[in-house]
Amino acid sequence: MPMRAWWQQVRSWLRELTGDDAYERYVQHHQQHHPDQVLLNRQQFYLAEQQRKWSGVKRCC
Amino acid sequence: MKKLLWSLIAVVGAFSLAGVALQRGESINALWIIVAAVCIYSLSYRFYSAWIAAKVLTIDETRATPAVRLDNGRDFVPTNKWIVFGHHFAAIAGPGPLIGPTLAVQFGYLPGVLWILVGAVVTGCVQDMTVLLLSMRRDGRSLGQMAKDELGPVGGYAAMIGTLMIMIILIAVLGLVVVNAMKHSPWATFTVFATIPIAVLIGLYLRNIRPGRVLEGSLLGLVLLIAAVVGGGALQNHPALYAAFDFEGLQLAWFVIGYGLIAAILPVWLLLAPRDYLSTFLKLGTIGLLLAAVVMVNPIIKMPALTSFIDGTGPVFAGKLFPFLFITIACGVISGFHSLVASGTTPKLVTNEKDVRMIGYGCMALESLVAVTALIAAALLDPGVYFAINSPAGVVGSLPADAVAKITSWGFPVTVDQMNALASEMGESTLFARTGGAPSLAVGMASILSAAFGKGLLALWYHFAIMFEAVFILTTLDAGTRVGRFMLQDLLGHVWKPMGKTSWYPSILISSSLIVLGWGYFLYIGVIDPNGGVNILWPLFGIANQMLAAIALCVCTGVIVKRSQLKYIWVTGVPLLWLAAVTTTAAWQKIFSDETRIGFLAAADAMANKLAAGTLPAAQIPVAPNLIFNQRLDAVLAGFFAVLLWIIILDTLRVCYRVVNGKPVLPLSETPYVAVQAK
Repeated sequence: MPMRAWWQQVRSWLRELTGDDAYERYVQHHQQHHPDQVLLNRQQFYLAEQQRKWSGVKRCC
Repeated sequence: MKKLLWSLIAVVGAFSLAGVALQRGESINALWIIVAAVCIYSLSYRFYSAWIAAKVLTIDETRATPAVRLDNGRDFVPTNKWIVFGHHFAAIAGPGPLIGPTLAVQFGYLPGVLWILVGAVVTGCVQDMTVLLLSMRRDGRSLGQMAKDELGPVGGYAAMIGTLMIMIILIAVLGLVVVNAMKHSPWATFTVFATIPIAVLIGLYLRNIRPGRVLEGSLLGLVLLIAAVVGGGALQNHPALYAAFDFEGLQLAWFVIGYGLIAAILPVWLLLAPRDYLSTFLKLGTIGLLLAAVVMVNPIIKMPALTSFIDGTGPVFAGKLFPFLFITIACGVISGFHSLVASGTTPKLVTNEKDVRMIGYGCMALESLVAVTALIAAALLDPGVYFAINSPAGVVGSLPADAVAKITSWGFPVTVDQMNALASEMGESTLFARTGGAPSLAVGMASILSAAFGKGLLALWYHFAIMFEAVFILTTLDAGTRVGRFMLQDLLGHVWKPMGKTSWYPSILISSSLIVLGWGYFLYIGVIDPNGGVNILWPLFGIANQMLAAIALCVCTGVIVKRSQLKYIWVTGVPLLWLAAVTTTAAWQKIFSDETRIGFLAAADAMANKLAAGTLPAAQIPVAPNLIFNQRLDAVLAGFFAVLLWIIILDTLRVCYRVVNGKPVLPLSETPYVAVQAK
């Protein structure tokens, strides 16, 4: 099913581009590197990320 | 085979460019410009950027990037190069490259096209790529920090103060653009107002209902935004509601100021972050749509190649081609602001040094193409219509009959009926003197987009275009206020410790208010100025932005010399000299020119004389002292930018001189080489 595979690929790019999959990637990174530390839940992670992202120059003129 | 292909691209490019440049008397198709642009970008990307990457930046595929070395799953994340390209492009492409070229079309299309094409590939793209690599070699450090590490504290402080100042001017001028687009336009005002509750709704959705599901939230928001555009059109059937959204410029300015203050204080997840998701979607989508539409419709350029306004008498903004073309089109060619992004989020994401070319050089080339498209959208309007929309009442008179008579006398025929018909097609009450660039761009965009995707929807496309510009102007406005707030808190923290705590509420309130006060003042003056404010603020913004670019190029040049690559100094040195010449000349003329529309001091004196002699129109008397004070303040500001620029240039020359003469300088702050681990 190439159509389906194609759609999967587009979807995963879109998710990565928009940051939609940020939590999944965080969980993966966390389990690999700091399994001993507290894992944030989805909402906590989202809020912490927004705070971090908007602390510097992110948008231009 | 490859050689043949590149030779073909070179020939097609040269042919199109010659077509664009040499066509006289006949109108040309926009496609020529697009083809010339794409050929120039491809060639310079293939050859010049590859040469710089190999020889000057000595890009090393085996060297681990900060994203790889410092991977923490958050800000340092090795990311697919196309994804980084998308992020970086979304970060650098703002309203600037749309507005500057629109204004500069008053000189004719040719000067703008040539400057955008040639300027981008030898200055802007080089700056972005070089700063990106320098930052990547320094763990993703910021421009200000790099200036301090490489040149010394003087350079560092100059970069920091410069950034803060440009932020204030930038927000003021963008605020003015939105105000002018909404003035007496209930449809536009309703749509722009509606974006705020929509953003808040999405913010709540992304926090409480479906945390972090950005894609869903953004799509939902887009549907709501389009509904708001359509809903705004229905306003015309309800006279009471229609009147409720009909505001004067000054009222809208106060609204924007209040909005900016509230947005900067609110938590980011509630307003700023969700609106940024929406504006990013909208921005990338609309730019893609516009490019596709220009290629499909292939509109005819109606603006002449050159107009008589290159002599400095232009109605949109005053000043000769040199230096003012190069100040007006800053973003889209070279923008100092990019160096902040290229030394901010992006360097922490790049997986391999070889991607720097595509991300740094390639993104800027694409942004330059956006600028070309904006220029086409303005140049396809009837010149008479373009000037009627963009000339302030202070220059052509506030009565439509006077305005069309004056514009027609310049050789650009236009009639009141034609303007009224156009306004009603666009769903507006009037399009006279809608300065700032946004309305004329929206008219241009609407005519291309409706020709390509749905005839008869002109009014909808027009207001879609206005909403599109307003949404990301508002994002820049509160993101900028926040950044300004952080910088100010940092500065004030040196004076009194508690002010430096970024999450301490009194400190947040005080510093946010100070930043808003700063840009709010310039916005207020811009709105009450009878010459339309844009004539003052856009050149100031251009000077500030080019000054910041010059600071970035100083850092790059200093590093090149310190790396014992003196023979390559011209790669960033020549763009630096050009910017220094442009910025200094423009600042000098803005301060000292005798022409009242150019020189701040001359304008202040002329108004003061008129006030004293009692020859000022009654309406202007109460605001005259403000305007006089403001012109003098602007003169000081322009002088300040020029002085700051020369301080950092002299500091760079000092460093270069010491290197050449074998005297000690600060060591290169590059992090040591770490090899990429084989997988």
